[in-house]
Amino acid sequence: MAILITEKTRVIVQGMSGRIGQFHAEDMIKHGTNVVGGVTPGKGGDTLLGRPLFNTVREAVEATGAEASLVFVPPPFAADAIMEAADAGIKTAVCVTDGIPSQDMMKVKRFLKRYPAERKMRLVGPNCAGIISPGKGFMGIMPPHIYMPGRVGIVGRSGTLGYEAASQMKALGIGVSTSVGIGGDPINGSSFRDILELFEADSETDAVMMIGEIGGPQEAEAAIYARDHMTKPVVAYIAGLSAPKGRKMGHAGAIISAFGESAQEKVEILSAAGITIAPNPSAMGDTMARVLGTRRAAA
Amino acid sequence: MDIHEYQAKEILARFGVPVPRGGLAYSPEQAGYRARELGGSAWVVKAQIHSGGRGAAGGVKLCRSEAEVQEFAATLFGRQLVTKQTDANGKGVYRLWVEGASDIKQELYLGFVLDRKSERIMIVASAHGGMEIEDLAENDPNSLRRMTIDPAVGLSEFQARELAFQLGLKGGQIAQMVNILRACYRAYRDLDAMMVEINPLVITGAGDLVALDAKMSFDTNALFRRPEIAELRDRSQEDPRESTAGDHGLAYVGLDGDIGCIINGAGLAMATMDMIKLAGGEPANFLDIGGGASPERVVRAFRTVLADRNVGVILVNIFAGINRCDWVAQGVVQAYRELGLTLPVVVRLAGTNVEEGRRIVQESGLPLITADTLEDAARKAVATRQKIAA
Repeated sequence: MAILITEKTRVIVQGMSGRIGQFHAEDMIKHGTNVVGGVTPGKGGDTLLGRPLFNTVREAVEATGAEASLVFVPPPFAADAIMEAADAGIKTAVCVTDGIPSQDMMKVKRFLKRYPAERKMRLVGPNCAGIISPGKGFMGIMPPHIYMPGRVGIVGRSGTLGYEAASQMKALGIGVSTSVGIGGDPINGSSFRDILELFEADSETDAVMMIGEIGGPQEAEAAIYARDHMTKPVVAYIAGLSAPKGRKMGHAGAIISAFGESAQEKVEILSAAGITIAPNPSAMGDTMARVLGTRRAAA
Repeated sequence: MDIHEYQAKEILARFGVPVPRGGLAYSPEQAGYRARELGGSAWVVKAQIHSGGRGAAGGVKLCRSEAEVQEFAATLFGRQLVTKQTDANGKGVYRLWVEGASDIKQELYLGFVLDRKSERIMIVASAHGGMEIEDLAENDPNSLRRMTIDPAVGLSEFQARELAFQLGLKGGQIAQMVNILRACYRAYRDLDAMMVEINPLVITGAGDLVALDAKMSFDTNALFRRPEIAELRDRSQEDPRESTAGDHGLAYVGLDGDIGCIINGAGLAMATMDMIKLAGGEPANFLDIGGGASPERVVRAFRTVLADRNVGVILVNIFAGINRCDWVAQGVVQAYRELGLTLPVVVRLAGTNVEEGRRIVQESGLPLITADTLEDAARKAVATRQKIAA
């Protein structure tokens, strides 16, 4: 099963004819992703990478039955592209774009609530590396070869730390069911909690590696969800133990501006909820191996 | 992006918030002239820097004569003002705001922020203003009133009225407060602000509401559509290393340690700093070279890190996704040649084109210290630094 994307998921790329969109669409196709078309307003009827281009997402969905869309649209137009996907009936949209204005995201989140649950789109990102189910398919900008197929889910804000976790686990023979980048922006489509829910329900995921960072309330919210609703073990690492207060650390959302938003406080909240903490970023793989080992021994 | 108090007051006044009359001065003489122009017998002279806590730091004074205004102004200009919110270097004072002194009966707090939990604009208000919001939250949390605004509807009049009553306002003050709240909300929304703060919002002896101080900051991601706001940027208030780095596509934050960091990705950069600390060292900076970094951008990163005199060793840690290890390796080699580098450099490469990158490092013949993992890299950087220091 994995979550959000499998080899069967029909994927379109919004902004596929752009330089970056084309580069990554090609990589996705090369690694087995079922890319069925692209959307670039004004280029409908053309063909790119052997796939049809459409003027609108609605046309693309009607012609190809696309369920998922990867949004590679520049920041001023990205929010509009996401809303277009939602309105056209796309089920999962992943937005890689970095630099979308906060108020645009506020509007997007409000817009997504218009739709009844059964046709409501799930948004992952923006400002994220994307999602990958190793060996099945991916939507995003990650290097697919560093992931080994397996049964541990990864969810994190940072792309590069997600890579770091996947490669540490691979070195220990632990593979990944799906890795999800939820992005570094203050307002994002899916929270840690949203993705934990999907992993908890996924029959092909045994445990979850969660990679948080300073800023925002989402790690604390995830801790409470994990404590009250999860049967699968969660290992967490929180980046930014040495980050000063009130300074933005690269990500727009990585800033300690309220109580409970520092790495130390988040670590305390997560451990109090029974989540195993990887004490440092080099110990993500080892900690997961230990947790899986204990679990196996108990079973 | 932050702006000055006087700029925030000008903006908010345009939206209908009452502010005291005042004038801007670039010299002590001009400050005196502003006082005379304003009239009256008492003026407040306020240093314009991008920081709160100016009063406690000696940047604000009530003056009772034109001579006193000039005298105080003369002590401020060109001074580095160190407040609770700045670093030890403080921020330079190059502009002063002179305004007529207000008759204050009560101080309130009013703030508009982006609430990440509800993903909406939130109003935070208190009938006990004057102190920083952090102190207010700690010492007087029960006085805080919070309210979120539905982006599809905007701030409703009933919400604004409710808040005004909650703050204990009376009579004509209710309508004044509703007007101020709606004005702040419109300014926030129409100009892509991230924060609007009026602290204190005062009730004068005559019973009227006036914004005695104002602070606004803006969403840098939205500056492309707010050219009038982008123009208000004041580079004299920024760390020159950080703004220069930003001009070259590098996210840089200067810190106090001595191990310079060149990393890709914000998360990995923070994690590397953590790892250095755990290994017993202190990072000199946060630096994210961004995606698709060219060798030139890597050289620029070296320049940025080397501008910090404390740096004794440099740690390059790259896990390439949309980056390429070979480009980064070329950048490292180029930096050695172009910058006449003498400091030791620890390099850890992983991800896209890693073999090619490692080959370039090996064949360069340069005294680069290589590492395979994040932990290995941090340990080697700290050990190298300690060896030099000893």
